[in-house]
Amino acid sequence: MDDIDRNIINTLQNGLPICESPYRQIAVALNITETELLTRLKNLLANGILTRFGPLYNAGQMGGALTLAAVKAPVGRFEEITGIINAFPEVAHNYARNHALNIWFVLATETPEQLQQTIKAIEIQTGLTVYNLPKIKEYFVNLKLEA
Amino acid sequence: MDETDRQIMHATQAGLPLTLEPYQTLAEQLGLSADEVMRRLTAMQDCGIIRRIGAVPNHYRLGYRFNGMTVWNVPDGQIDGLGLKVGQLVFVSHCYHRPRHLPDWPYNLFAMVHGKTQAEVDSQIRACADVLGDANQGCDVLYSTKILKKTGFRSR
Repeated sequence: MDDIDRNIINTLQNGLPICESPYRQIAVALNITETELLTRLKNLLANGILTRFGPLYNAGQMGGALTLAAVKAPVGRFEEITGIINAFPEVAHNYARNHALNIWFVLATETPEQLQQTIKAIEIQTGLTVYNLPKIKEYFVNLKLEA
Repeated sequence: MDETDRQIMHATQAGLPLTLEPYQTLAEQLGLSADEVMRRLTAMQDCGIIRRIGAVPNHYRLGYRFNGMTVWNVPDGQIDGLGLKVGQLVFVSHCYHRPRHLPDWPYNLFAMVHGKTQAEVDSQIRACADVLGDANQGCDVLYSTKILKKTGFRSR
């Protein structure tokens, strides 16, 4: 990753314009060619520096249901429990954390009923209590990180 | 959101085409005009269904190895004012009020912080504690140790 890559990441975290040739606008601003921008973007995605590039949908605004949930996976069952949870397509993100509550995941479904069903299914398949911590209020969200 | 918006969402959940004219490419895939795709994406962005069309980096790969979920137990009556103040700290990426899960989870205010060193994150946590003052009745910091899954939101 060089300075051009860093500029691309920082610029594209702010958003791509919606117009006929959006990459051209970004490329001009970064003083590179459109082709170089696309090549570098493909590489950043392929090698995992970027996990995604595209419209960032706000699940909470789509009439869907969303929650943050956690379980206490016993040490010896960590991999097994992770596998069970990740197999659910409703699980959008999942992080290991250094706490007794060691698996933290975001569930997104189209209806609140599906959310409850998914939580129940995870509890049945894992035999663990799911701590359901849906947001009551959002004070701030800004996903950008300086590269 | 109507059915066409949903088709656009499904077609872009994995990402936007990396072609010179990505909205035209998308339009061809969906049998729509590029103008309609752009108009609909703009409308979804204006009403907040789409936060932005952007890049999501892997924190670790950018050097942010210390990603802490700071959690605080603050009085419910003061949480809205405090949450807004903590959310305004420049290093906080997300800040939410969430329910307690008593007895073993007394925390109701969540703030995510990100740093390249432990010392950097420690000073961020101290800054949060300073904002909360006496309202801070207990806190913990949970560091992510591994990304187990990060696919973004997918609908079936």
